Amino acid sequence: MTETTKTILSEHTRSEIDMWLEKYPEDRKQSAVLAALREAQHQNDGYLTTELMDAVADYLGMSNIAVYEVASFYSMFETQPVGRHSISVCTNISCLLMGSDDIVNHIEKKLGIKTGESTADGKFYIKCEEECLAACCGGPMMMIDHKYYENLTTDKVDEILDSLD
Amino acid sequence: MSDDQITIEVDGKSLKAEKGQMLIEVTDANDIYVPRFCYHKKLTVAANCRMCLVEVEKAPKPLPACATPVMDGMIVKTQSKVAVDAQKSIMEFLLINHPLDCPICDQGGECELQDLAMGYGGDVSRYQEKKRVVKDKNIGPLIQTDLTRCIHCTRCVRFGEEVAGLREMGATGRGENMEIGTYIEKSVSSELSGNIIDLCPVGALTSKPFRYSARTWELVQKDGIAPHDSVGSNIHFHVKGERVKRVAPAENELINEVWLSDRDRFSYEGVYSDDRLQTPMIKEDGSWKEVDWETALDAVKEKLNGVIESHSAEQVGILASPSSTLEELYLLQKFSRDIGVNNIDTRLRQADFSDQDSVSQFPYLGQAVSELETLQSALVIGSNVRKEQPIINHRLRKAALKGAAIMLLNPVDYDYNYPLAAKSIVAPEQLSVELASILKAVLETSDGSIDAEAKQCVENANVTDTHRTIASKLIDSENAIVLLGNTATAHPQFSLLRTLAGLIAKISKSKLGYLSEAANTSGAWLAGAVPHRHAGGKECASVGLNSNEMVQAKLKAYVLLSVEPELDCWDSRAARTAMNDAELVVSLTAYRSDEIENYADVMLPISAFVETSGTYINNEGISQSFAGAVSPLGEARPAWKLLRVLGNTFNLDGFEYQSSADVSAEAIKIIGDIKAENMDHWRSPVAIEKNGAGLQRITETPMNMIDSICRRAVSLQQTDNVSDGAIHINTALADKNNLSDADTAKVEQDDSAVNLKVVIDDRVPDDCVLIQSAHPAQVDLGASFGSIRIGKA
Ligand code: SF4
Ligand code: FES
Ligand code: FES
Repeated sequence: MTETTKTILSEHTRSEIDMWLEKYPEDRKQSAVLAALREAQHQNDGYLTTELMDAVADYLGMSNIAVYEVASFYSMFETQPVGRHSISVCTNISCLLMGSDDIVNHIEKKLGIKTGESTADGKFYIKCEEECLAACCGGPMMMIDHKYYENLTTDKVDEILDSLD
Repeated sequence: MSDDQITIEVDGKSLKAEKGQMLIEVTDANDIYVPRFCYHKKLTVAANCRMCLVEVEKAPKPLPACATPVMDGMIVKTQSKVAVDAQKSIMEFLLINHPLDCPICDQGGECELQDLAMGYGGDVSRYQEKKRVVKDKNIGPLIQTDLTRCIHCTRCVRFGEEVAGLREMGATGRGENMEIGTYIEKSVSSELSGNIIDLCPVGALTSKPFRYSARTWELVQKDGIAPHDSVGSNIHFHVKGERVKRVAPAENELINEVWLSDRDRFSYEGVYSDDRLQTPMIKEDGSWKEVDWETALDAVKEKLNGVIESHSAEQVGILASPSSTLEELYLLQKFSRDIGVNNIDTRLRQADFSDQDSVSQFPYLGQAVSELETLQSALVIGSNVRKEQPIINHRLRKAALKGAAIMLLNPVDYDYNYPLAAKSIVAPEQLSVELASILKAVLETSDGSIDAEAKQCVENANVTDTHRTIASKLIDSENAIVLLGNTATAHPQFSLLRTLAGLIAKISKSKLGYLSEAANTSGAWLAGAVPHRHAGGKECASVGLNSNEMVQAKLKAYVLLSVEPELDCWDSRAARTAMNDAELVVSLTAYRSDEIENYADVMLPISAFVETSGTYINNEGISQSFAGAVSPLGEARPAWKLLRVLGNTFNLDGFEYQSSADVSAEAIKIIGDIKAENMDHWRSPVAIEKNGAGLQRITETPMNMIDSICRRAVSLQQTDNVSDGAIHINTALADKNNLSDADTAKVEQDDSAVNLKVVIDDRVPDDCVLIQSAHPAQVDLGASFGSIRIGKA
């Protein structure tokens, strides 16, 4: 690990990654890349920078590009600055039938942004088209910062969004 | 018939195959064509393009030939309706996003996609939707990207991982948004990067220097041998009219397989540098005058004879580039010795010649290039082999990946693209000390014995675990080698290093080999272009001066063949002074430069490597001849012709050759069978003495600075592998001297001083300064190794 990696990944992030590393054999460090990226993203207000990804690569002994591949592949990683609260409204089949389009429209109008955009104050970010989040029984549903909200109505959405700081 | 032999049937033909082979390997071996994009015989199987689908009896669906292992009795149809329909459908998928820009695509005419679209594509696309567009990234001066054309075969990605050992290209994003590239804006830095141009089946990766300069169908392919390292990679010149437009590798399993180093691929640009000398020129009263060949050669005769008569033949020195051809060097030494000049040398970046009489016929690699990959262990001494001989490094890498222990002893901590079993980075003066320690460790574990003098050397050696690891790996391996590289050769105690390395090799029952520097280093020795041996290795009765003695002695006259002494010699300062002070300098050169014009009196234009026929002998001793691909520019002439006529001008006997083949036939006859035995020849080591304290200079020649052609190849000069004219010091030394990155330091060596930019470089050991040679900024410093002083400017 280089000195720069140490300064870029916080001590907390590194200890979290270490916890994951313990689960894998010594020569399979890269198995921890998803967990490591999640921690790194967490440390940085919800998005990854090239420096963070390079630090993860160095920490896990991977090539930088291999980490970029993973980070850009999974939709749970952001590689551009985004708002603090990440809103994912499921628009897959069950939720769609239950009116997820209205929910999306409502949120877009309320926040004055489109999916894929963040509010100017950096508070909210609506993720692009989100697929089934496996809560079909509670559709329409959304996830904000890893928390599930089900059986949504526009009123309920207002309440949830207003309660966030 | 062994158990592994099976029989399969393809298109009605019964074929022999080996168990475990992929179907496509069998069809390829039997000239049955199966279309493919992602499969490449030198890369792992990805099976992601699906173009190679064929029908296999009893299989429910068409199967990819590249990923289907053959089985006894398998019945395969490559042309059936099922197979062809599958291939056509795949083609349609591939073309969905592929732009129809063949008319402006450099790959047009040699594009695998274009070819297969002719065979399998529809006339009209059923796809009406938007095509995807990928924004291009600049990945450096050598490779042009047009990634909208990429079909995601991942050959370039696999190449990085598997061959270059440096993962630089990758597939980011997913689904339709997947993009091949470097993700961030960055130059690819592998010394083999150009190979992805050949690998890319479409026009997504093409040659940047070649871009838009010719259509592929206008090019004629000619054969050649790569001139910039001692491997002798086989190449193709792609020629339009009388101009080489680009260079590509020619397949030769025994040497370069299908690969080529970037240096050998892009150096041709140097041939067309603006400063090519195109007519013979003579300096008269300080100004240059163009003359015809006859006048020029008469002038050489008159002037050279003048010096010989008024002084003596001993006052003439001849320096030649070791990348000159066998024919050129043979004629040069013949000419030289016929006019009584024994001072001839091609070993320009070397200073210690003290054991030259006892070494083998030429600096032999010690084994075949192709067999390097079967090594079980190798100790590499004083070499940045990855940059210096990229193809050899590739073979060593293959060995390392199969578990071989590659071990390094170097004065700079160079980057390696494979795991090393041991590594020792020490200051130059410590190299011999380290070797003595390794030797001692070898003696501890084996029953070999050494003579009394050698014993003295190892007596005080300090053995650590690293030395023991190296020793035991060498001893335990049946197939091991000790290799000496460019830095070892340039080391002021080369003969001592060689002796110690030789003893280590002998006692550990390993081979000893040299990673010699230039395309024809071997040929130069064999042709007699060294001061102590005639062609064929016969000892000379009167031994001439070696290259370093020649420049230190400040002779009255010098004849140069493709040498820029201030950039090519071990002691740049002495070389420049010697040239400037000489009464006469005759330069046989493809280029003119301010320096040459300053010191030379006659400049004779010779052809560059693509313009002459000749022969190179590689480090393994393989002799490879080639024809000229294009005619020389202007009045330039192949050097062998020029030397032949020069012989005639001097009325010497035996210069009546008709062709370069006549010359090489004569040379080869004298040389006889090329064989070398490194193991027999070394003398007893002299005592290891450390020289004084203080800072030591280390010199390296970056890969793209090695000779006058590379130095003029524009695109190569834009890469990182060039001299930066700076001093590289580690953080500790910088702190000690209060210097930081990009500061200017005053650097003093002997009685000269220059100001150089500081680069903090922690690859350099303590109390050492790394300087890259062949850069004008450092010429005045002098010797490549020795003590040096630095301070704030
Ligand atoms: S750039 Fe070329 S070699 Fe690389 S994946 Fe795309 S098509 Fe294949
Ligand atoms: S479809 Fe929305 S959670 Fe499954
Ligand atoms: S060549 Fe077989 S799948 Fe690509």
